[in-house]
Amino acid sequence: MYVATKGGEAAIENSHVLIAEERRGDPAVPELEAAQIREQLGGAVDRVMTEGSLYDPDLAALAIKQAQGDLVEAIFLLRAFRTTLPRFGASVPIDTAAMTIRRRISAAFKDLPGGQVLGPTYDYTHRLLDFTLVARGETPPVAPEEDATDAAMPRVADILGHEGLIEPETPPPGPEHPYDLTREPMQFPAGRDQRLQNLFRGDEGFLLALGYSTQRGYGRNHPFAGEIRMGTVQVEFTPEELGFPIALGEIEVTECQMVNQFKGAKGIAPQFTRGYGLAFGQAERKTMGMALVDRALRADELAEDRLHPPQDEEFVLSHSDNVEASGFVSHLKLPHYVDFQSELGMLRGMRASAEAMQKEAAE
Amino acid sequence: MSALQPAGSGAQFHSIDGVYNFAYLDEQTKRMIRRALLKALAIPGYQVPFGGREMPVAYGWGTGGMQVTASILGVDDVLKVIDQGSDDTTNAVSIRRFFNRTAGVPVTEATTEATVIQTRHRIPEKTLREDQVIVYQVPMPEPLRKLEPRETETRKMHAFAEYGLMQVKLYEDISRHGEITTTYDYPVEVNARYMMAPSPIPKFDNPKMHAMPALQLFGAGREKRIYAIPPYTKVRSLDFNDYPFEPQQFDDPCALCDAKGVFLDEVILDDKGNHMFVCSDSDHCRDRRAEGHMGPRAREAAEKGYGADQ
Repeated sequence: MYVATKGGEAAIENSHVLIAEERRGDPAVPELEAAQIREQLGGAVDRVMTEGSLYDPDLAALAIKQAQGDLVEAIFLLRAFRTTLPRFGASVPIDTAAMTIRRRISAAFKDLPGGQVLGPTYDYTHRLLDFTLVARGETPPVAPEEDATDAAMPRVADILGHEGLIEPETPPPGPEHPYDLTREPMQFPAGRDQRLQNLFRGDEGFLLALGYSTQRGYGRNHPFAGEIRMGTVQVEFTPEELGFPIALGEIEVTECQMVNQFKGAKGIAPQFTRGYGLAFGQAERKTMGMALVDRALRADELAEDRLHPPQDEEFVLSHSDNVEASGFVSHLKLPHYVDFQSELGMLRGMRASAEAMQKEAAE
Repeated sequence: MSALQPAGSGAQFHSIDGVYNFAYLDEQTKRMIRRALLKALAIPGYQVPFGGREMPVAYGWGTGGMQVTASILGVDDVLKVIDQGSDDTTNAVSIRRFFNRTAGVPVTEATTEATVIQTRHRIPEKTLREDQVIVYQVPMPEPLRKLEPRETETRKMHAFAEYGLMQVKLYEDISRHGEITTTYDYPVEVNARYMMAPSPIPKFDNPKMHAMPALQLFGAGREKRIYAIPPYTKVRSLDFNDYPFEPQQFDDPCALCDAKGVFLDEVILDDKGNHMFVCSDSDHCRDRRAEGHMGPRAREAAEKGYGADQ
């Protein structure tokens, strides 16, 4: 029989074998363990957990290994696993004011209660390749004695809030349980809960680029990094039969509170407004991009002109998910010969009639 | 078994992997999807939003169709999966293997043997029966999306049956090109009410949707929409009185089985412009050849004493 794609079954099996071999690389080089990825490639693990929306460093490390370090593929793997998990409820909202701080900076105030805590960051490293990492490997440096940062660390936005200079952050009206995009389809107009969940799961690169575009004038919103804090918070859950919250464990998160200048509008006093970013692990770039986009998407709410892509919620929320995006882009690899045949037939027909008309005109 | 009965013993059935539920999805999710399907059947052609799940297959590769299939599949079903009309295309093979593995249902390539047919881009040539269900994989469920990118707008347009935009598009096609240039995913009107995207089947297949005895279900995973056409429902391809709808026609019969009035794929034979046309529906073609039908190329090959595929 003449079907060009005959033998698909065997081809698929062979392809699986090849990719496994490819993934292993040179067998003379020791195999990477998932635990090594978890401990030494934390940036990748954090991104995969955030966009995969599952806090599990071990599974994220496994996904990264299985995906050969292709993070979008790893995020897809984690999502496909997550969707099979039973859910037994929603946690109590995490309290980032009670965070055990590892890093906390504010670009808005020189000093503030609790102080600035630089913590681990690449910000002030010189980006010079460190060849000693190859030559001698990593020698664990002796970490400087850390001052216990048990000083109270109120959130900067809360400090401003006492003076009424910043809009209060109040839960939106409506049901107490936030919208859950993993259970319900997207709806427009989207509430802020739906938006923030979407942005949390959204592609870091996409949000970074959109946030950047607001800085360059496509929906400017005059941001200050009011506060970025990173550390661990407790996750609590209230079982119905107990009626009071019990601690389930700790997770590491990064939170970014953008403080944005706002001149006021009809019925809204001049005040600072907010954009919010949150992610698992250490993810400053992601949370800053997210906060800029969150603020841009509040254009309607704050009676601003909606002129640019970052202010357009259907545009942003429909295209932020890299699992959806990479799936639909990659589906172009699937055969389309029935559609193509239809177009081919039409094109030939149109060309034939155009030729006939030209001929007629020439005669 | 009939499609919308809950998959009876399914809940107790465990797949070969022993980890996942029968047909992969958990029973709660299946119930949610079946509810969406019932709503879709009650409002033919209306796109029902549903809580689409993340599948272990990429979006755009049939996740919507797979969720619908998973929700209606029972242990005594026989599944056929086609892509571009063929059972052998890699993605059809992949989806068939998925259900064979997670549900353990028998699979077939014969259209007549199947109770559930999942398809991408084609409707089989053989007329489907009342006891069959066809599940379409849908990339873009919104027929108006190419004309209006906003969901908030298109939902309003459907609510008011305000379809002038599409009529204008078709009219402009005719005034510019002398004909309607949409050749696949050609919009239809279902039950004299909703405009619906038939998924990217060639417009050749559109007439088969009208009054089809089989149940037609549509799943769009990435866009999280389900819609349906109950059996024997009126499906009209949009057109004008003076420019009636015209499906594609092929000049030559299938080079292998001599079938006329079927959709043909063009197969390129060399780099000198030689090509032949063969059935896109591989099962139909195989059956006809088994019955002794011979297309021009098959006859030529038989006379020279070698197979047509050499």
